[in-house]
Amino acid sequence: MTWLYGLTGLLVFQLLGEMAVRLLHLPVPGPVVGMLLLLGWLFWRGDTPPALDQAAKGLLNHLSLLFVPAGVGAMIYLDALMANVWAVVLSLTLGTVLTLMVTAWVSQKTQRRSTMRQPERSDG
Amino acid sequence: MTETLPLQQLWVYLAATPLTGLTMTLVAYSGAVWLGQRFGSPAWLNPVLLSIVALVMFLQITDLSYSDYFAGGQFIHFLLGPATVALAIPLYQQRAHLRELWRAITFGVGIGVMFGAASAMLLAWLAGSDWSMMMTLAPKSVTAPIAMGISEQIGGVPSLTAVLVVLTGVVGALIGPWLLRWMGCRDERIQGLAIGVAAHGIGTARAFQLSPLMGAFSGLAMALSGIATAWLLPWVTYWAPVSS
Repeated sequence: MTWLYGLTGLLVFQLLGEMAVRLLHLPVPGPVVGMLLLLGWLFWRGDTPPALDQAAKGLLNHLSLLFVPAGVGAMIYLDALMANVWAVVLSLTLGTVLTLMVTAWVSQKTQRRSTMRQPERSDG
Repeated sequence: MTETLPLQQLWVYLAATPLTGLTMTLVAYSGAVWLGQRFGSPAWLNPVLLSIVALVMFLQITDLSYSDYFAGGQFIHFLLGPATVALAIPLYQQRAHLRELWRAITFGVGIGVMFGAASAMLLAWLAGSDWSMMMTLAPKSVTAPIAMGISEQIGGVPSLTAVLVVLTGVVGALIGPWLLRWMGCRDERIQGLAIGVAAHGIGTARAFQLSPLMGAFSGLAMALSGIATAWLLPWVTYWAPVSS
């Protein structure tokens, strides 16, 4: 039963996020504001309630399942995808390769500098 | 011929009920995960890609439309919202890592996010796409519900963005771990950061298969890059061509 309380909690925060976006005209999607509100609440509380932890694990363990229905939509956008085939292929392959490399490179450089400044940090 | 009539009636009923789309999605995904595990979860047997291919084939064979399918699929699709909210929990639980690696996380995720969106727009522009397609592609590296929200705000096509997000995640999950090892990046935490920024939830699912530490950092980077992109990307509309 605990996962039900957890799921309810997640939906309440999503709803609060949607309300905040509508009322304050924020330029961010509702679930993102919901996530930030929940994060703030967790810091204020100082721990994670087991129910929320369980519901979050249940959703995040199968996160890739949640993308499937949207992905099947590729079949109705086949024309749009084919009309922009080079844009799609280039940005999905070259764009992703470059993003991976730039992120890893910048992280490595900045991390090396900070570990040099404050040595003897335990390794994860 | 009268023999087939009850079967046809059954199909007419099944095609109209959301139960079919919902059940087929879960059957396809469970089958894809099972198949992957049987072969030791190689990158090319990506469960998302396999399920999508299987479902598209199923819809083509049965002549079921996407909107009929989505009547059932939407129940799973809807969970992307609470799943985004749920990202706060791993983020909170990794606050010690955040403190320890804040430099790599801030600069890596910050620059990675801007580079990801800029490279997508630039490559689309070089390939001759119009402004709407550039805006549809711009948030492709971010998890679906956030990307769809951004796409709508900056003048893209949200449901096409969702398709591109899924495809980007599959590409990132396929090549990410291999590419990062190839470029000499051995730190699993940094591998996770790069995969989370470039390939959101699908990359994160792959990272968790390889190592829990890589998965945790990928999830962290996915959440942070979602927030960062949602704040940063709407600014590009200031440079929108006046004509559009």
